[in-house]
Amino acid sequence: MRATVIEVRGLVNRFGSQTVHEDLDLDLYRGEVLGVVGGSGTGKSVLLRSIVGLRRPNAGDIRVLGEQLERQSPEARSRLERRLGVLYQRGALFTSLTVLENTALPLIEHSGLKRPEAERLARLKLTLAGLPLNAADKYPAELSGGMVKRAALARALALDPEILFLDEPTAGLDPVGAAAFDTLIATLRDALGLSVFLVTHDLDTLYAICDRVAVLANRKVLVAGRLDVVAATDDPWIQDYFHGPRGRAAAQAARQAAGSR
Amino acid sequence: MIPRADIRYDEDTASLRLGGAWTLAHYARLQPGLARWKEASTRARQVDMSELQGLDTAGAALLAELFGADRLLELADRAEGLSEERRALLRTVARALQGAAPGEVPPRRSTLLELLEQIGRAVEALWRHAVGLLGFIGLVLTTMASVLLRPRRWRMTSLVAHLEQSGLDAVPIVALLTFMVGAVVAFLGATVLADFGATQYTVDLVAYSFLREFGVLLTAILLAGRTASAFTAQIGSMKANEELDAIRTLGLDPLELLVLPRVFALLIALPLLTFIAMLSGMLGGAVVCMLSLDIPPSLYLSIIQNGVDVRHFLVGMAKAPIFAFLIAVIGCLEGFRVSGSAQSVGEHTTSSVVQSIFMVILVDALAALFLMEMGW
Repeated sequence: MRATVIEVRGLVNRFGSQTVHEDLDLDLYRGEVLGVVGGSGTGKSVLLRSIVGLRRPNAGDIRVLGEQLERQSPEARSRLERRLGVLYQRGALFTSLTVLENTALPLIEHSGLKRPEAERLARLKLTLAGLPLNAADKYPAELSGGMVKRAALARALALDPEILFLDEPTAGLDPVGAAAFDTLIATLRDALGLSVFLVTHDLDTLYAICDRVAVLANRKVLVAGRLDVVAATDDPWIQDYFHGPRGRAAAQAARQAAGSR
Repeated sequence: MIPRADIRYDEDTASLRLGGAWTLAHYARLQPGLARWKEASTRARQVDMSELQGLDTAGAALLAELFGADRLLELADRAEGLSEERRALLRTVARALQGAAPGEVPPRRSTLLELLEQIGRAVEALWRHAVGLLGFIGLVLTTMASVLLRPRRWRMTSLVAHLEQSGLDAVPIVALLTFMVGAVVAFLGATVLADFGATQYTVDLVAYSFLREFGVLLTAILLAGRTASAFTAQIGSMKANEELDAIRTLGLDPLELLVLPRVFALLIALPLLTFIAMLSGMLGGAVVCMLSLDIPPSLYLSIIQNGVDVRHFLVGMAKAPIFAFLIAVIGCLEGFRVSGSAQSVGEHTTSSVVQSIFMVILVDALAALFLMEMGW
C-alpha cells in the first residue's frame, strides 16, 4: 500500500440549500497524478478549495500530509501550506509584479533568501516550467495564455512543494501547448517526486499523464481508479464521457502514442 | 532531524563526498561557501553522493553551480549512490540550466541619464495624451452629430440610468457641500467687511461668488471625483473583460453605446446640479446672514434682486455644459485606455479624476480671465 498524502473522509459542502458534496471520500497517493473529472457544477473546484483550506467544509475530515489544516495553529498551518503548490485556473499571477518577482516572492517571504539569490532560484524554476528567459522581466499582462500558465506553475513550484494542485491547467491552451504542458507535468512529477491533484476537462490530459482518475458525480466520488477501470464503469455519464466522440478520439490518440514509443 | 549539508574532499582518492540535506532550507547557508569548493570540484575524479539525505531543486541548482550544468548532467548518470528519482531531478535541472546562461543583469545606467530618460518619456506621454484627448473629443462630437438627428438611435434607457446615477444620486452631497461652503464664505465676508462697516455687502459676496464661480466649480469638481471615476471604472472593466471587443464585433459602436449616453447624461445633469448648488450656497449664506448679521431673509432676497445682475447667473450656467463635456469625455477616454489588468483599471481611474479636475480648474481660470477682460 502506498502512502496517502491527501485523505478526504465524509466531506460535506453546502451552499445554502444546495449540497455540492455529500459524504465524499477521496485519497491521493504519493507520487501519483490523480485526475479529477466531472460535469460542470459537480464541485471539482470546490473540492480543491476545501483541500487546500480556502473553504471550510460543512462537515468531514481532510488530512493533508497527515495533518488537518484547520486544526493547526496559524504558524503550523503556514508551514504546511508551503508544502502545497496551487496552479489556479487563470494563473492568478500578481499583476503588479514581473514574472520573475512573482516566482521569487514565496522564496523571499518563506525561505529567508536575499533577493538576488531568490531571483537566481526563481530563474531556474522558470526554465524548469519551460519559460524562455526573456519572459522573466515581463508583466503577466504581456504574456500569452500558455506562458501565464507556465509562469504560474513556476510560482507554484517555487518552494518545492510535495503536492501540486492544478485547476484545469490546459484549459484555454492550444492543443500543441496543452500537450507540451502535459509532458512538462509528467516530467516534473518524475523528477521532483510530486503528487499531483489535477482537476481537468481535458480527455487528452487524462490519457496522457494520469495514473488514476476520480469521477465526481451525484455529490460523491462515483469511482476512482485506473483509467481503464473507470472507463469501463457502468454509468451513463461515464460512458458518455469516455466513449463519446471526443473520448474515443483521445483514447485512440493515447494508444497511438503508446504504440509509437 | 536531517543533518546539515556538508561537503568533503579526499585528496588521496581525489573524490568529492556530498552529504546531508541539500535543500531550500539550507540554501542561504550553503551558497556563499560554495566558491571554496569550486577548485576541488574540478580536480575531483569521483563524486560520491551516497550520503545525500535530501535533495530538491534548490540543492540541485547549487550542485549545478558547483560543477557547471554540463558536468552535472554527466554526474547525474555516473555519480555513485544516487536513487533513480534523484538522477532524474539532477538531469532535469541540469538540462534546464544548460540552455540558459546564468542570469545576466543588464548594467545600470547613470542616474542622470535615467532622470533625463524619465523626463523625456513623461513629456512624450503628455503630448500623446493631449493629442489623444483632442482626437477623442472630435470622435465624440462627430458621433454626436450623426446620432442627434436620428432619434431612433438615442439610447434612452441608458441615458436615464446614467442621469439617475450621476445626477439624482448626487443631489444630496452637492446641496450639502455647497450649503456649507456658502456659510463659510458668508462668515469670511462678515468678518472682513465688518471692519469697514460694510457687512451688508456679505450678501453680494455670497451671491457673486456662487453665481459666477463656486456653484459650477464645486459641482464640477464633485462630479469629476464621483462620476468621471465611475465612468472610467465601468468602461475599463468592460475593456478588461473584452466586452468592448464584443460590442465592436457585433457591429455596434462603443462610442454610441457607452460614451454618448454618459456624455448626454452629464450634459443634462451638471447644469441642473449647478443650479441646485447656486441656490443651496446662497441659502447657506442667508442662514449665516440671518443668524449673525441680523439680515432677515426678506432683506437678503431684495438685496440680491436689486443688486445682482442676471448675467452673473448666465456666466456661471454657461460654463456647466463645458465642464460636463470635459468630465464625461475624460472619464470615458481613460476607460478605453485601460489595458487588461486590474491594476490598470485603478491607475486610469486615478488618472481620470486628476485630469478632469485639472481641466475643470484650468478652463475655469481661463474663462474667468476672458470674462473679466470682456467686462461680462
